Amino acid sequence: KGIYDEALSSFFRNVDTRSGGDGPDIYKGKICSLKARALLIDMEEGVVNEILQGPLRDVFDSKQLITDVSGSGNNWAVGHKLYGSQYRENIVEKLRKAAEHCDCLQCFFIIHSMGGGTGSGLGTFVLNLLEDEFPEVYRFVTSVYPSGEDDVITSPYNTVLAMKELNEHADCVLPIENESLFDIVNKIHQMINSGKLGSTVKQNSLVTSSAGSAKTVQEKPFDAMNNIVANLLLNLTSSARFEGSLNMDLNEISMNLVPFPRLHYLVSSLTPLYTLADVNVPSRRLDQMFSDAFSREHQLIQADPKHSLYLACALLVRGNVQVSDLRRNIERLKPSLHFVSWNQEGWKTGLCSVPPVGHSHSLLSLANNTCVKPTFIELKDRFMKLYKKKAHLHHYLHVDGMEQSCFSEAISSLSDLIEEYNELDATKGGPRTDPSRLKIAV
Amino acid sequence: MSIVTVQLGQCGNQIGHEVFNAICSDVHGTHGLCSKKENESYCDACKERFFCEEESEVPVARAVLVDMEPKVISQTLSMAARSGYWKYDDRSHFCQKQGSGNNWANGYSVHGPRHKEVIMNLVQKEAEKCDRLGGFFTIMSMAGGTGSGLGAYVTQCLRDAFPTSFILNHVIWPYGTGEIIVQNYNSVLTLSHLYQSSDALLVHENDVIHKICAQLMNIKQISFRDVNQVIAHQLGSVFQPTYTAEGGLHYSRNPLGDLMETLVPHPEFKMLGLRNIPQMPENSLAYSTFSWPGLIKHLRQMLIANAKMEEGIDWQVRPPRLGLHPLSHSANKPLQFNTSIANLVILRGKDMHSVDLGSFRDPSLYTSWLNPQDAFNVWKTPRAFNKYEKSASLVSNSQFLLKPLDNVVGKAWNMFASKAYIHQYTKFGIEEEDFLDSFTALEQVISSYTIL
Repeated sequence: KGIYDEALSSFFRNVDTRSGGDGPDIYKGKICSLKARALLIDMEEGVVNEILQGPLRDVFDSKQLITDVSGSGNNWAVGHKLYGSQYRENIVEKLRKAAEHCDCLQCFFIIHSMGGGTGSGLGTFVLNLLEDEFPEVYRFVTSVYPSGEDDVITSPYNTVLAMKELNEHADCVLPIENESLFDIVNKIHQMINSGKLGSTVKQNSLVTSSAGSAKTVQEKPFDAMNNIVANLLLNLTSSARFEGSLNMDLNEISMNLVPFPRLHYLVSSLTPLYTLADVNVPSRRLDQMFSDAFSREHQLIQADPKHSLYLACALLVRGNVQVSDLRRNIERLKPSLHFVSWNQEGWKTGLCSVPPVGHSHSLLSLANNTCVKPTFIELKDRFMKLYKKKAHLHHYLHVDGMEQSCFSEAISSLSDLIEEYNELDATKGGPRTDPSRLKIAV
Repeated sequence: MSIVTVQLGQCGNQIGHEVFNAICSDVHGTHGLCSKKENESYCDACKERFFCEEESEVPVARAVLVDMEPKVISQTLSMAARSGYWKYDDRSHFCQKQGSGNNWANGYSVHGPRHKEVIMNLVQKEAEKCDRLGGFFTIMSMAGGTGSGLGAYVTQCLRDAFPTSFILNHVIWPYGTGEIIVQNYNSVLTLSHLYQSSDALLVHENDVIHKICAQLMNIKQISFRDVNQVIAHQLGSVFQPTYTAEGGLHYSRNPLGDLMETLVPHPEFKMLGLRNIPQMPENSLAYSTFSWPGLIKHLRQMLIANAKMEEGIDWQVRPPRLGLHPLSHSANKPLQFNTSIANLVILRGKDMHSVDLGSFRDPSLYTSWLNPQDAFNVWKTPRAFNKYEKSASLVSNSQFLLKPLDNVVGKAWNMFASKAYIHQYTKFGIEEEDFLDSFTALEQVISSYTIL
């Protein structure tokens, strides 16, 4: 068995299962039994049961689960209001337990989808709970947004209702669109099959591992897609877990990337997606990694940051990359990107010396960019189409605590957000006038 | 007399480690190129300054390491211990689990007061180990949260606890772009606060050092380690022992005091820049010879033309002719000319006694309100430094940093006008008013240096 170290301790506890997992954590030495610092919540049992029978069953125990049998019926109100009040105590208690096991709690990750009932409704309820119970701890939310041809009819309602909560209670939101994940998985698949990369493709690299063969891609497309999101979170936290010449803690992300409290939606991209695990990477290919991070195809939502306005941009690099590589690429890319007038040099960088397993280097780019706006506008349109006809409203309104005003407040929260992005977009390309400086009497 | 070094934040700890490394390799090098007796007294003076020997087999750095996250400190401690030449005291460090998140306010208003007692205890202990305490040398970056915010707070505490000791803050000026987005805010807050409590700020600009690495040291893939080693070399070239003009045949025992006395004649002017020549890759050294007149000529032109390194110096720049327009001195001077308040030149290597430094004593180099005799000083030693048979350093209180300062304040002000990121600071108790105070203080400094 391996050694339990600082890096491992960020996501896992090391416990002696003989004491039932309640004993004190073992801090140093060999891995005894790893338990994820996680809480699994679902209002049905299927998915959680599958996890408990899968290869990761040992890292969760029953004390980390909260499930129900009947589901939320794709209804935000059922998840947020009904299950929220019903499970509140239970969730708080389990959260506190998990928190007590941390000697330095830095951040909560909420991972949920926006379109359904449980993830969206109960998920944002948990977000609010976290703010109440742990106001000092950062809340990062990874939100999977529904695509246009989503089969859940009420998904625009659920998403907009959830958006209001994210606007008000999250420190950072990393929006993800299934469509983008799907395209990326397909592309990896094509690259592997086309043989373009020859035999050098590392089948077991993290990104391709569960998409290792064509067969599994078709059978379980979600595994490969989920893997991309998992890698996003791994790279996001790498600098906090491993050493590097320019460390980047999680709290630095919101500090640098969120200039105004509500504008905390960060578009992410991961490169390289199909890495050839060569040890010596020629500099041209390294530079390609930086170029790719800004291309439309590599974004985890359907958006084009290059042709929109950057408020800020972070580059989190792992592996054998030095500060001169970073500087060269920033200088190279800068002319093709638009930055808001007061943040012309809005770059934040981190250098972590430990690359992802099987890779020599990798890059995660996080952009606070107005390119998220089209996604939000489309969402608003789809919401309005239903809302004008009052379609399906009654399913929501009969839930205790749910009023029509919830809908109007949610949509105006979204409209305000879009308006904030509009105002920033309006400054793009205009004449730049620097505000006059303070004058000193000589 | 001894100097206690306080290393703050990731940058401060990484550079501090390189500084002690550079000092140690200089002392252990076989390149002293001087008499055995000379070398011995040089090494003794160096050890008294930077190391205490206690009972341990290797020298122990007189340093306190502070960071708000553990990774860098544990790495630094173990790297030093592995060197076999020196180490840090096992107990002389303090770290927490979670960094300051690039937030100056978090470092200054939260971590500072919360950890004041522990940190100052460590400093006190280190100070008590010195037979005579010459002062404090703090190393920090001004861009992040810990070095800058906590650094500013700790400097204030040092000033309160040791009112008569000298405090020199070594400040790393961040790259113009690409490190931290809020670096200009953090810098403005740091500089304005340090200006209150520090005796002098010795500044290194990352952009400049990066260029030195690329153009003079011929490094292809430049790492932070490379940058830090150049900085450490330059610092070593100033703080290794020398003879001062007054000290006769004894190595100066009060380097910080001597430095302040020479370079900081007025509290409104405390920004010091550092230049060092020659600098080249080690494998080129064997094929190079240097003459003192050549080195001095270059160093002097670097001063008046504000060249950051010994390449691309503008040789057209000349000092203004004095006496023509005594009242509008500053308005009429050639634009690129860099006016000085005071300069210190440090010469290391054989025959340094024969060097003619008249060109640095030229009154036209200096502002009119200070007597030119008081504005220039020189330190020397025949002992060569770090493999360079002859080398010269210049510490200058001049307009060197005027433009970088004006840039930082300008960029921060642009951002401030849009109110971007302010909520991140108010969260920890730094209000818009505090920003305005800092801006005002620095505009004052800019104005003072401009009208020299």
